[in-house]
Amino acid sequence: MKKIQVLGVGCAKCKALAANAEAAALAAGGGAQVEKIESLQEIMRFGVMITPALVVDGKVLSAGKVLSVDEISKLMA
Amino acid sequence: MLPLRQVIVGALAAALWLALYLHLETITRWITQVVLRLPADQPLGEAVFFFLYETPKVLLLLVAVVFAVGVIRTFFTPERTRRVLAGRRELTGGVLAALLGIVTPFCSCSAVPLFIGFVTTGVPLGVTLSFLISSPMINEVALVLLFGLFGWKVAALYVGTGLAIAIFSGWVIGRLRLEHWIEDWVRAAQSVAGADEERPDWPARVRQGGAAVRDIVGKVWPYVLLGIAVGAGIHGYVPENFMASLMGRSAWWSVPAAVLLGVPMYANAASIIPIVQALLGKGAALGTVLAFMMSVIALSLPEAIILRKVLKPQLIAVFFGVVAVGIMLVGFLFNAVM
Repeated sequence: MKKIQVLGVGCAKCKALAANAEAAALAAGGGAQVEKIESLQEIMRFGVMITPALVVDGKVLSAGKVLSVDEISKLMA
Repeated sequence: MLPLRQVIVGALAAALWLALYLHLETITRWITQVVLRLPADQPLGEAVFFFLYETPKVLLLLVAVVFAVGVIRTFFTPERTRRVLAGRRELTGGVLAALLGIVTPFCSCSAVPLFIGFVTTGVPLGVTLSFLISSPMINEVALVLLFGLFGWKVAALYVGTGLAIAIFSGWVIGRLRLEHWIEDWVRAAQSVAGADEERPDWPARVRQGGAAVRDIVGKVWPYVLLGIAVGAGIHGYVPENFMASLMGRSAWWSVPAAVLLGVPMYANAASIIPIVQALLGKGAALGTVLAFMMSVIALSLPEAIILRKVLKPQLIAVFFGVVAVGIMLVGFLFNAVM
């Protein structure tokens, strides 16, 4: 099962990315689990300097962008 | 490289853009004088012409510049900027940071992670602050509006002085050695260098440019229209200079007053331009108005609250103080030379 993490301290863009990630996970048919990470200390541990960021299975795949549902699905594949 | 079809579409779009831009004045004159039958020497005719001419002109410029900046920004990531800045000496670092602040994609909600990421990997405090000042201060939308409405001199002065303030403030804070006023947990924080994302290909860069246009132009166009409408009103019906005594060149205290007034106000660069238009049209001095605008954009209470997470109050006070002094100097300079 894929583990998707959305990093962001709660700005509008972060919420948009989290919503798209949820939709992508749903489209994947329950094969993925989405977690939101809002604590700064934890975000820093990923080496991310610009939010929102998307992490799949512990790897930072995108930072600073609100990816569309399609783009997230592709990154998850 | 781009596929051939996209190159052709792009070339056609550029040609259409250029043709429209170059013939805009003729088209608008024809519409106001022939279609609407408004004489050019009457206030109403002048105001309508101004609005019908400036609106498409500024929107055309805005689309072109935002698109170009959107594409340019795909070449810069905070990660790469950090690598350039790490370990730099104060002055060269500050100059580079202020320049990179313009082109590195970054929004104020990322100020804290970016600050930590920079400071914990060897970017000096002053250099980091130069970046954080120039990034919101020099804004492509404000640049286009200033260029479109007041000409290239004002636009160039805005960019030049904005850079100067960012470099100056960062340098002063660097010299003061205030690192001990960074919150302790930040200095203890271990930040790993993030992996670079894949380099986007050209179609992806173009898509980013398009996305920037949709995102930014889609958000700011009402303010642009409002700004031009205010300008048109002033243009057609020249009002008495009732701001001149309050914010004119002779009132020296108006510059610090404008800066102080701007700090609690928080607005993006686009929405402040209508106010700039109105103030200038009613006789306020350019330096005073520019100082007000820079203070609103670059210094704000929400920003102070965000930065409080990583900076001790003393450092925030020094930071705001130094930037405010820089903006005031710019205001005085403009009022003296313009």
